[in-house]
Amino acid sequence: MIRLERRRAPSRIWSFLAPLAAVGATLVGGAVIFSLLGKNPFEVLTTIFWSPLFDPNLSAYARPQLLVKATPLILIAAGLSLGFRAGIWNIGAEGQYIVGAIFGGAVALAFYPEEGWYIFPLMVAAGALGGIAWAMIPAILRIRFNTNEILVSLMLVYIAVQFLAAMSLGALRNPEGSGFPGSRNLQYYESASNPELVAGTGIHWGGLTAVAALACLYVLLHRHILGFHIRLAGESPRAARFSGARPALLVAFCLGVSGGLAGLAGLFELAGPSGQISIDFNVGYGFTAIIVAFLGRLNPIGILFAGLLVALTYIGGEMAQFMLGLPAAAIQAFQGMLLFFLLAMDLFLNYRIVFGAGARA
Amino acid sequence: MDWSSLSPLSLIATMVVASIPIMLAATGELVVEKSGVLNLGVEGMMITGAVAGFIAAVESDSHVIAVIAAAAAGSAMSLFFGVLTQFLKSNHVATGLALTIFGLGVSSLVGQNYTGVKPPQFPKPEFGPLGDIPILGKIIFGYDYLVYVAFLTVLGVWLFLAYSRAGLILRAVGENHDAAHALGYKVKSVRLLAIMFGGAAAGLGGAYLSLIRVPQWTDGMTAGAGWIALAIVVFGSWRPWRVMAGALLFGGVTLLQLNLQAVGLEINAAYLSMAPYVITILVLVAISTKHSGMSANAPASLGKPFHPSS
Repeated sequence: MIRLERRRAPSRIWSFLAPLAAVGATLVGGAVIFSLLGKNPFEVLTTIFWSPLFDPNLSAYARPQLLVKATPLILIAAGLSLGFRAGIWNIGAEGQYIVGAIFGGAVALAFYPEEGWYIFPLMVAAGALGGIAWAMIPAILRIRFNTNEILVSLMLVYIAVQFLAAMSLGALRNPEGSGFPGSRNLQYYESASNPELVAGTGIHWGGLTAVAALACLYVLLHRHILGFHIRLAGESPRAARFSGARPALLVAFCLGVSGGLAGLAGLFELAGPSGQISIDFNVGYGFTAIIVAFLGRLNPIGILFAGLLVALTYIGGEMAQFMLGLPAAAIQAFQGMLLFFLLAMDLFLNYRIVFGAGARA
Repeated sequence: MDWSSLSPLSLIATMVVASIPIMLAATGELVVEKSGVLNLGVEGMMITGAVAGFIAAVESDSHVIAVIAAAAAGSAMSLFFGVLTQFLKSNHVATGLALTIFGLGVSSLVGQNYTGVKPPQFPKPEFGPLGDIPILGKIIFGYDYLVYVAFLTVLGVWLFLAYSRAGLILRAVGENHDAAHALGYKVKSVRLLAIMFGGAAAGLGGAYLSLIRVPQWTDGMTAGAGWIALAIVVFGSWRPWRVMAGALLFGGVTLLQLNLQAVGLEINAAYLSMAPYVITILVLVAISTKHSGMSANAPASLGKPFHPSS
């Protein structure tokens, strides 16, 4: 007979092994899916995971892209991990990302064509503010009316997408763009652009902010009473209340931080790699960051590696798209599978599998 | 503005059609939540059902096969969730999200070669002279088969939960899984069956979108319908008839917004498209204010981990 026995404390070995095992299982699962679809699984997997990094013809383009794609993922995931630890589910980072970009972009376009050192910092502040404002809607509704923050934050994504469409067709449209939707391109507006800091690396201000965010997160979680309360609230809400945690404060803080970081991610993406506010500005980083947060075990260092790995699947997915004709969303199937396997592997983290009837009860 | 295109009769008929996908998915999720499980993967199951039903309809040219394929695909997807949450004890919220992400990816992978294809027309039942009754003929007897299936599902779920022994057991499991376990009911099996029913209903709802409502296959065509279904369950405070009413109301809002766009109201179309989501939020707020907490009627064990000690 096979039984599950709860561990006293989560297994340390499994907290490292589980993500690796999940990645391995995803590779196998992906190979199965692709061969069922009549593709050569080996070819698909090398295109996704190997060529972006090591193919001599492709890596010059792909390697910098790795950091470009990992930056928003890590920024957003860092914020989300905080709430997920406390059992506060912000599923609407995609919307906060969009609104942050719109706020920051609007500041830049208001100054255009003036040049000045103060423009970019103002944009950054506006971007963070936009994300925070959007996240405060579910936060306030949850605190004041006890409304489910999962559904509200998610509905706000769809609203933000429509808002983005309205802005890129209306108020923020490029007046010299001969009627095409989309704003002016900030890459050509020096004071507002967020260029690559070291040529060929893909690092921009967002990357530095992401690293700083992870460092702050680490300090907060391990050295600050608020971080302690957040961790406690997730594991035992009752104990958290006895230790003096204020649930309303935790909700506002976790949603605010994740919203602010998502807004920053949107702003840095807008001013850097993307360049303009357009209908297809958002590409799902806000949702994928949820996977990054879990893959990184809600841990700052883990999130760093998880962000890089998931960024690799994005780039590999793009390559598979134009070299093998796979649809763009195939990579989502991959990412979803990764999260499935990861959650399944968590079993070993918290439980011990016991064989035979003689085990302790 | 030209209001003459808004005839109340055809408005009611299209409102019913617009509400069917959400009604099916929400009724399925209602049963799942009544058993104490929160499956946030409705969107993923819906879109899988949409693509599976679509492919089956195009390939087999048979509606019965299409409907079965959609329900089976949704149910198969829900099994991933069921096994993970019930047997591998994973977190409900995270697993549901994984299901949604996975479903969106898989559906677009599988449906790659079917964009732009036209599905076979879905037949309508013949009610003979009943269909010729002036007003009722159109708003009661003028739909395709699946509309009646959806309403019968609501009726069936209500009868099942309120009057059957199995329904009582399911509710007991959802209210207090420890007590139900102590009484000897198989908590995990009951929940797994509920989850599979929810998946089938969501799959059917998705197929209604791709086969009848639109009818076409496009990537991500559910556009949040699964999430709205989740909100409708809260809105309906876990009661089948109120869930049905919520879906109809929501269908009405969607429709009104489309019609206002059509008559050329002087508002940017994007702002009108926000309406369904804004209204969902307002409704959620109203519901949660009325009953302190999620709702007085929420299943007590909803989303709580179950680990029997013996």
